[in-house]
Amino acid sequence: MLNRIAVIGERESVKGFAAIGFEIIECDEPQKANHILRNTAEAEVYSIIYMTEEMFLASEKERKKYEEKSLPAIIPIPGLRGNTGIGRQRLSDFVERAVGSDIIFK
Amino acid sequence: MAVMNVNPTRMQLQKLKKQLNTALRGHKMLKDKRDELMRQFLDLVRQDMELRVSIEEQLRLCNVRIASAGSVMSNEMLTQSLLTTSQKMFANPSTKNIMSVNVPVFTTEKRNNDSSAVFPYGFAFTSFELDDAVSALTKVSEELVRLAEIEKACEMMSIEIEKTRRRVNSLEHVLIPRYTDTIKYISMKLEENDRSSKARLMKVKDMLLEQAHHYSEQN
Repeated sequence: MLNRIAVIGERESVKGFAAIGFEIIECDEPQKANHILRNTAEAEVYSIIYMTEEMFLASEKERKKYEEKSLPAIIPIPGLRGNTGIGRQRLSDFVERAVGSDIIFK
Repeated sequence: MAVMNVNPTRMQLQKLKKQLNTALRGHKMLKDKRDELMRQFLDLVRQDMELRVSIEEQLRLCNVRIASAGSVMSNEMLTQSLLTTSQKMFANPSTKNIMSVNVPVFTTEKRNNDSSAVFPYGFAFTSFELDDAVSALTKVSEELVRLAEIEKACEMMSIEIEKTRRRVNSLEHVLIPRYTDTIKYISMKLEENDRSSKARLMKVKDMLLEQAHHYSEQN
């Protein structure tokens, strides 16, 4: 059944999510992010995969495959190192792709 | 002027006129689809941004609290407290159709709905910052799922809008002008053929009359 929620990221950033019932998948090195995301998404049990911003950036190649699919939803969240603004940048990119230029957030 | 490589016949002309009609209808419909998608997309993106800003702030506070809990407790104790949970959260997906884009909708479900199940550890050896952090994370969890839902919808809709925009543009600037030009070319060619055959017939008629009545000799 495709309904579990995963959080991929550094141990320190994601361990809090374990307490609220998300499944945490540790990934301490950005180089492994692509591989771990592939394994997680191909397991076909997760409907949402949250990734800390650093891992999100590092796994761009693998993420592209799931852009047009409705599941799993891969969403960046700020990690322990703070917010780098990737989430907002991503929204601005969506607007840019749809409209041609970012008319809302710039 | 871009003319297609076709034979200038009446049959072809009729066929092209039909195709042009279809293209015009398709163009109008796609334009309407693009406009409606865009309206809903911009609404959704604004909602998403508000939600994201609030969630990022809440998560930052949670991280700060967990970090300060870590400064009072031992790291092993902290990790153990957080990881030994019986709570499990699920997001059951269903789909919603927004202008033929199938976006996911998640309904959350918890294994343990009991309010006492929020804290997976005993309070004896843990710090109060940890309790704060866990209860704040519990509050933000529903919003996180909602964020995933909206953000995925935005992503899929932006891709669909881009595709639709390309289709509209290619119809408007390539296909429709090509059809109109070809139709004009064929009708001009047909008129030209008409004129030339008329001129030929008049000439033949003159020659036949000349043969029968010898007008030039009479003058």
